[in-house]
Amino acid sequence: MSHETDSKLGLDPAAVASCRVAADAIATDIDGFVRRHTTVAVERTVTRLLGVDGVDADAVPLPNVLVDRLQAAGRLGEGVARPLVAAVAATGREPREVAEAVSAGELDLLAVPEPGEAELRQLGARLAQQAVDRVAANRAERARLQAEMQTHPDPLLYVIVATGNIYEDAVQGVTAAEEGADVIAVIRSTGQSLLDYVPFGATTEGFGGTYATQENFRIMRRALDEASARNGRYAMLCNYCSGLCMPEIAAMGALERLDMMLNDALYGILFRDINPQRTLVDQYFSRMINAWAGVIINTGEDNYLTTDDAIEATHTVLASQFINEALAARCGLVPAQMGLGHAMEMDPMAKDGFLMELAQAQLVRECFPEHRLKYMPPTKYMTGDIFRGLIQDALFNLVGVWTRQGIQLLGMHTEAMHTPHMADRAIAIESAKYVMNNARSLADEVEFKPGGLIRRRAASTVAATVELLTEVRDLGLFEALAQGRFAAVKRSPTGGRGLDGVAERAPDYYNPIEDALRASLRLEA
Amino acid sequence: MSITGRTGATPPDPTRVRPYGDTLDDGQVQLSFSLPLPYSPEATEAARLLVKKMGMLDPRVYHAKDLGHGYTFFIVYARCAASVDATQIVVPKIEGDRMSKKEVDALIAERIGRPLVILGATTGTDAHTVGIDAILNMKGFDGEKGLESYHGFETHNLGAQVANEDLVAKAVELRADALLVSQVVTQKDSHKITLGQLIDMLEAEGLRQRMVVVCGGPRISHELALELGYDAGFGPGTRANDVGAFVARQVIERGLA
Repeated sequence: MSHETDSKLGLDPAAVASCRVAADAIATDIDGFVRRHTTVAVERTVTRLLGVDGVDADAVPLPNVLVDRLQAAGRLGEGVARPLVAAVAATGREPREVAEAVSAGELDLLAVPEPGEAELRQLGARLAQQAVDRVAANRAERARLQAEMQTHPDPLLYVIVATGNIYEDAVQGVTAAEEGADVIAVIRSTGQSLLDYVPFGATTEGFGGTYATQENFRIMRRALDEASARNGRYAMLCNYCSGLCMPEIAAMGALERLDMMLNDALYGILFRDINPQRTLVDQYFSRMINAWAGVIINTGEDNYLTTDDAIEATHTVLASQFINEALAARCGLVPAQMGLGHAMEMDPMAKDGFLMELAQAQLVRECFPEHRLKYMPPTKYMTGDIFRGLIQDALFNLVGVWTRQGIQLLGMHTEAMHTPHMADRAIAIESAKYVMNNARSLADEVEFKPGGLIRRRAASTVAATVELLTEVRDLGLFEALAQGRFAAVKRSPTGGRGLDGVAERAPDYYNPIEDALRASLRLEA
Repeated sequence: MSITGRTGATPPDPTRVRPYGDTLDDGQVQLSFSLPLPYSPEATEAARLLVKKMGMLDPRVYHAKDLGHGYTFFIVYARCAASVDATQIVVPKIEGDRMSKKEVDALIAERIGRPLVILGATTGTDAHTVGIDAILNMKGFDGEKGLESYHGFETHNLGAQVANEDLVAKAVELRADALLVSQVVTQKDSHKITLGQLIDMLEAEGLRQRMVVVCGGPRISHELALELGYDAGFGPGTRANDVGAFVARQVIERGLA
């Protein structure tokens, strides 16, 4: 919102602007750190985008086989592209064939003589361009399909499937799409975020969700494409670009035309105890891939309100959204690709809680006017009383349409009971369609009273956000995380999982995929 | 069976309890479910027959909704012919009156004289910390402060996705008096496997009897916990003081401190 007259909340534009200035300084600091480092996940991603896929006889993914060799030799900081491209030059084989030969013990990846630097870079650039072109073709295909089909007005209706079995997920996803869901997210098996490799092939066993594998992505994409064609509405596919394999999942999603990805800069640090350095390096590369693939990312600030109190901690959500925005912008993501997350998690029995929720949702909308905001439903206070739950979700849908959220993750009245049954999802979709259609133009009709509770609540949240962001800027993001400024969780820069997979970039570090992405996205080299 | 309403001011008979709709013993129940059949009059009839086969009387399909792709959802009302004798039911419960935070702290100060060391974790692959945080962390839940705020407890919240081995190792290192294990994900009974493994490990290490071990979560009952070898199980609605009181009493009763 550029000036006060646009704001239904009477927000002070100077305060909002100072949030952005502080967040930008925080992102600049992180940007410098990221550019000096790489990780095993980043390097595995490079191999995947150069065409390496498959597993060895022990079911170890070939990207891991290559990068593990590099790391074991203490050469991770050079980047895997250097020996891989050299091997392609020396043998005339494709990168995938090189990986197979290395895994079979026929080729020593680290003993291949390098061609001259110019030749290496020329070949690397050519291979990287093929990857970038393939992703661009998927993006164009999505645009073509979307142009041919109807689109639902925002908020998009987003539902999850989580059976553990990809073939069952496909059935559930297709029924949800038929009922009117715009986005189908396949929840990942609990624990996958902590695996330092991506499982391979189609999977039928998972806990609380289904493994994210490239083959599973393909199966869902095919099922949803068929449903989209039948329904005349494009069904978006979403998965989790998070955990220790964040950028690899981004690459797999880009190759299989996923449309949306959960992709937060801080989530893994706070909620999965993944090392902060590892996550910040990984999120950067994954977001460049998502940016180029035209993927809408979803950030995870909603989670802050389940570990912290939702009435007291709304400013931490807003502050984190500004940080996520600033970091995402550096990776080439545009506002329409930023699904900044927040949630309706206040105690439903709180007096005027609905007004506070409305104030917060409107505040986020006004701070991020062009963003595809991701609004998350009540979970913390869902009880197993499905009848009360339906009403909570109805109020949530009312706030969503009223404040023009971008993506509405539909609440399930059976939240806290089981992963959604097919009928639970159908009831949620029907109820969302009813509320949202019935109140579609509410935002055009209602203003908020100057000096009233809603405006006062928004103003105090902004004031607390300015204060928090200023503090984080002065401390630096790493120190702020160590002190527990977000989600009431403390994370040290040297703690958590995955630090051993981080390396400082050597002076001759080479990553042709990053170079090609930076050029394609017109980012600073 | 005969289902009749009250003929006078008849009280319900606890030896043969049936569902109550609006008349004593009418047996009214509501069911909802989906069938893998395309939305059609035949699907509706299938739903009705299915409910009849459950032993229900007079099933009425009030709502059928096309879920698409060959599936249909139903809302059915029927009368339940079965009854139970409620006078014969025994449910294991955690004994003892509820105690406030103040009372728990006073009990520990008086009878134990040092803070009890409590370790909490969500174990296995489960990533949900909501439950363990609500019981352990300062903030607590629903206005009831967590055990971290008690003088009588030294708490260590290890967070989520903690391997059972790590929890056991930490318990030894910190000389834990009690372990609190949270399990939220119950798909394919993953919680029972993870919970069972911990008890096996503690027993193998000879630690099981030396500490109080309890579990909690939305699908955890006291009965299930006892079956799995825990001292207690805490379900939805549990507050920190409930857990605190149980742990303090157990330590005293078993002479563990």
